Amino acid sequence: MAEVLQFCFSGLTVGAVYALVALGFTIIYNASDVVNFAQGEFVMLGGMVTVALAAAGMPLPVAAVAAVGVAAVVGVALHRLAIEPARGASPVGLIIITIGASIFIRGIAQVVFDKQFHKLPAFSGDTPFAVLGATILPQSLWVLGGTAAIVVGLHVFFERTLIGKAVAATAANRLAARLAGINTTSMMTLSFALAGAIGAVAGILVTPITLTSYNVGTLLALKGFAAGMLGGIGNPLGAVLGGLMLGLIEAFGAGYLSSAYKDGIAFVVILVVLFAFPRGLIGKRSAERV
Amino acid sequence: MRALLSSRWTTLGLLCLVIAALPLVFPSGYYYRVAALVWISAIAAVGLNIFMGYAGQVSLGHAGFFGIGAYAVAIGPARFGLNSWLCIFLGVFLSAALAWLVGRPILRLRGHYLAIATLGLGFLIALVLANEARWTGGPDGTAVPRLTIAGARLMEPVTWYWISGGLLTLGTALALNLENSAVGRALRALHDSEIAAALAGIDVARHKLRAFVIAAVYASLAGSALALFDGFITPDAAGFLRSIELVAMVVVGGIGSTAGSIVGAGLLVTLPQILAVFVEYEQIALGLIIMVVMIFLRRGIVPSARRLIVRRAP
Repeated sequence: MAEVLQFCFSGLTVGAVYALVALGFTIIYNASDVVNFAQGEFVMLGGMVTVALAAAGMPLPVAAVAAVGVAAVVGVALHRLAIEPARGASPVGLIIITIGASIFIRGIAQVVFDKQFHKLPAFSGDTPFAVLGATILPQSLWVLGGTAAIVVGLHVFFERTLIGKAVAATAANRLAARLAGINTTSMMTLSFALAGAIGAVAGILVTPITLTSYNVGTLLALKGFAAGMLGGIGNPLGAVLGGLMLGLIEAFGAGYLSSAYKDGIAFVVILVVLFAFPRGLIGKRSAERV
Repeated sequence: MRALLSSRWTTLGLLCLVIAALPLVFPSGYYYRVAALVWISAIAAVGLNIFMGYAGQVSLGHAGFFGIGAYAVAIGPARFGLNSWLCIFLGVFLSAALAWLVGRPILRLRGHYLAIATLGLGFLIALVLANEARWTGGPDGTAVPRLTIAGARLMEPVTWYWISGGLLTLGTALALNLENSAVGRALRALHDSEIAAALAGIDVARHKLRAFVIAAVYASLAGSALALFDGFITPDAAGFLRSIELVAMVVVGGIGSTAGSIVGAGLLVTLPQILAVFVEYEQIALGLIIMVVMIFLRRGIVPSARRLIVRRAP
């Protein structure tokens, strides 16, 4: 029982990070139909910029906020300089552009920072709590709490604020949104900024547990993409559930089956799920129009 | 002019000319090595273009088949004492069988779902190659016994330049021939509209599967060639980044254009070699160039150039 609980804790912690990456994917995908393979680089930037600024003597909270800002600006630049000029390119072409962007960002990080692994101090100490025989790190609570706060914050943003509704309208129907006087290009840029910021938060929260380096982005992007697909692409709730599920599957798979194949179990599950539900678990069962 | 540029004989003729003429300007053996690497990658790219360009599907895991071909010629001779030549065919058979088995359920998926499924397939193959160290030597890779013809071991870059160049010419001729066959027309029809193609009596599922298997065979052959040429192979050959590289070759060169796949392979193989002078900035430059080409030459290099020439021509 304690073991099961322990796997749950570690799975949910990792899953929360996948969920945030998948959420970033979803926000950008909904606003602009772009599958952004550079999403993982935002997570890397969040961790690495915070580490660098903190090492330069900045207090941790200030460094973290600055890192979120940097990632948001990179998101804006990605949209304005790479995605927007390529408007009308094929979906695969856009994917290649975001992959080019992720190679580019990784290259810059490698030059500006270094190739070492870096750690941040845990926000509230390293003394684990004991829960029913299992233990949970305070930092895991930060990750889970931060994820929950972002999910709630996004919900409020999209449902209660005018600008959030404008983004949601852009996602729902671009032409109609433009007819209603919404500047859809700005809303797309805002979505990229938002996705960048969310990714950075994930990176900052998880760095005390998993460490970070210039190249952590690729695998996270794959897992986040997978999580988003598991839930059904374009569905924010699906992205979060998909992320948490993926984290749990990995934790239990690593614990009971094989830790060497931990990264593979997730993809086996995705293949099986897609065979059964070709549009993801929560995807729309839509008929095709001719 | 238009007819000349779109003729398959032009592509094939130019390719033969380039392969035959390049050695005239090569100052050292190093150039043969890079050129051989280009031809080998181009074989995989030309095959992937059949699946992506002709049939309009997407595979983000194609390096998996490349890896199967590469490890077939590494494991077969070293662990089972099999003949290397036989192992090339075993690799092709394994790749084709896997593509056929997995392709049946996977190819029902569309767009991004197909992308993640193929990505997962490639990821799993690379993971198995990295983890089954008893057979594959693990993440550090394994040595590959050299190919021999009549007792002579093939390891000189010049030799491999001609072998891979010949293989690429053959692969290109077959791909161009396929494009203009009934199967090629069926693939293009289902690319435009699966429903319209089905209404026209085309077995959509079977044709997609056929394109997938053909692309897997090309990748497997290219993988075997690379392993035998380098004499060493690591699981990175089957990894996600390698898959992306193959897709980038097809798309940057011009999706749907066989000549484009070869040009794309040339660009993406030689660029890192040129940029290696600036080790620090290699990734920055590579990412930048991929983005710039995709933004300004949206159709890819070869189709864009072809349009330019056709427009200029009287």
